[in-house]
Amino acid sequence: MSDKTVVEIKGVSKSFNDQDVLKCIDLTIKHGEFLTLLGPSGCGKTTLLRMISGFEEPTNGDIYIDGKNAKGLPPHERHVHTVFQSYALFPHMTVSDNVAFGLRCNGIPENEVKPRVEEALRMVKLENFGNRKPAQLSGGQQQRVAIARAVVNRPLVLLLDEPLSSLDYRLRKTMQMELRQLQRKLGITFIFVTHDQEEALSMSDRVVVMSEGVITQIGTPRQVYEEPACLSVAKFIGEVNIFETNVSSITDGKITVNIEGMPHTYPNKHNFSVGDKALVLVRPEDVRVYDSNEVTDTSNMYRGIVEDFTYKGTTVDLMVRLDSGKVLATTEFFDEDDDSLVYTLGEKVWLHWVNGWEVILPHEG
Amino acid sequence: MKKSQTRPIDAIYLALIYLFFYLPIAVLIVYSFNNSSYSLVWHGFTTNWYHSLFSDSGLWIAALHSLIIGVLAATFATIIGTLAAVSLYRYRFMGKGLLNGMIFILIVTPDIVMGISLLLLFSILNMPLGFWSLLLAHITFCIPFVVVTVYSRISGMDKNIFEAAKDLGARELTIFTKITVPLLLPAIISGILLCFTLSFDDVMISYFVSGPGFEILPLKIYSMARLGVKPELNALCSVTFILTLLLVVLSQKLTRKES
Repeated sequence: MSDKTVVEIKGVSKSFNDQDVLKCIDLTIKHGEFLTLLGPSGCGKTTLLRMISGFEEPTNGDIYIDGKNAKGLPPHERHVHTVFQSYALFPHMTVSDNVAFGLRCNGIPENEVKPRVEEALRMVKLENFGNRKPAQLSGGQQQRVAIARAVVNRPLVLLLDEPLSSLDYRLRKTMQMELRQLQRKLGITFIFVTHDQEEALSMSDRVVVMSEGVITQIGTPRQVYEEPACLSVAKFIGEVNIFETNVSSITDGKITVNIEGMPHTYPNKHNFSVGDKALVLVRPEDVRVYDSNEVTDTSNMYRGIVEDFTYKGTTVDLMVRLDSGKVLATTEFFDEDDDSLVYTLGEKVWLHWVNGWEVILPHEG
Repeated sequence: MKKSQTRPIDAIYLALIYLFFYLPIAVLIVYSFNNSSYSLVWHGFTTNWYHSLFSDSGLWIAALHSLIIGVLAATFATIIGTLAAVSLYRYRFMGKGLLNGMIFILIVTPDIVMGISLLLLFSILNMPLGFWSLLLAHITFCIPFVVVTVYSRISGMDKNIFEAAKDLGARELTIFTKITVPLLLPAIISGILLCFTLSFDDVMISYFVSGPGFEILPLKIYSMARLGVKPELNALCSVTFILTLLLVVLSQKLTRKES
């Protein structure tokens, strides 16, 4: 990844039939980065992708690709290629002809086409499948043909529109890794659209979280997970427990809030005044749960009873009802301290979390 | 419920349906070999009617005319209809909705209305009735059937295929010849065959738009039948039936191989 900008989106908005799908999007994409557009369906991420590829024109604003304003440029003049969700392979052509299609359309001499097609197929590990028809390949192989068909043209940017969503779980994991490796090897910028937060976190250099036509946060996977900029990001990426509370006092730049009957003190990062509403977010895996006989000092702990538990192999997820009535989700990992994690419904437990691991947000609306 | 076991009543029911469909044709074929001019009683086997049929030059000429009209009408109707279907599917243009509706109206329009309106058109244009008027009329009533056949196939295709081709730098002409036509081939073939059979056995519209100088087979048969059903006619219809059957089998084989 370098600091060179490859795509710049400036004040882009898009409306269909007077309905705003995207509102004033600004985004700078660096050369060689793996960027993910993440959001629920209908948030406008695919529309944004289609405007970069040239299948849609922005209603307002400009898109610059490699420093050039792309306004009015047809898809093939943008040095950008798309891998479609449905793969969109040409069913009547062999794999080789599919991959060669773009080269032939652009008048590359035939003696150059063959080695480039072979190279592209080798890259996606399909060198022996050139003579097959797409229908004779598995879903994962078709996916790779679609990628080869796009990268063989040496695009500046590869756009991937939920390319893994029709694969089964295990294959999706493998393809995620392969795509990541391929991207590093090629050094091409990948713009990847997905609604799967786990996929976004595990693959991307940067994640662009979108919601209802606007970008809600841009950051590294770690940033968007650990420091969500707003409630919608926190809720969309991972599980989260939300406490609604008020700032009861401020001393030395620190706020004190009351969470389910217990005071907590945090740095005042959001310029709260006394009486302001605040949200305190705690991730389930940050909550620690103890049996009643495991703890002696319970002065800083919440008491609750286990309402539900789910064994997930690597973790045990609990739903714990506090004395205040609030239900918390917790996730516990098996480790050397606690290798059994056996709970029964209705069991009394104690829980707390490390002070400082919470996210404090101003109350919205 | 067991599916493999056939109850007698099922078999009888099925047999009755087939009888209802094919008995008239079977009777027709059998009587084309009957050694009697008018009687419905079996007088022995003969191939005389086929001999006289094949030596009747008037019939041959009418058949040839029908063949020419059928092939030309099917070809042009399929070209125009395919282009129309592809445009309807792929492009946005003025009057698209209207065109779509008009095509379906043409399909359900009674032949007699079509025949009279075409006759009216040709006489307004002062066009002599004969080969050209017949050909134009047949192309006209065939086009909607091609549009419907091709459109139903293209609308089942992944729209992204065309976008992918465009994305890879294909011009519209390349997309049409390299992607659209090959993928639509089965529908185009069945369109041609459908048009040919529609054209080959059309009486109603042809009746209005044909002239004395250019006789076609269905009208010839129609006028012959008005003087009573002769055994030659049975023979002629049997030959036509067998030819149509071959065509259907051929088209089935072709489309099956494609898909």
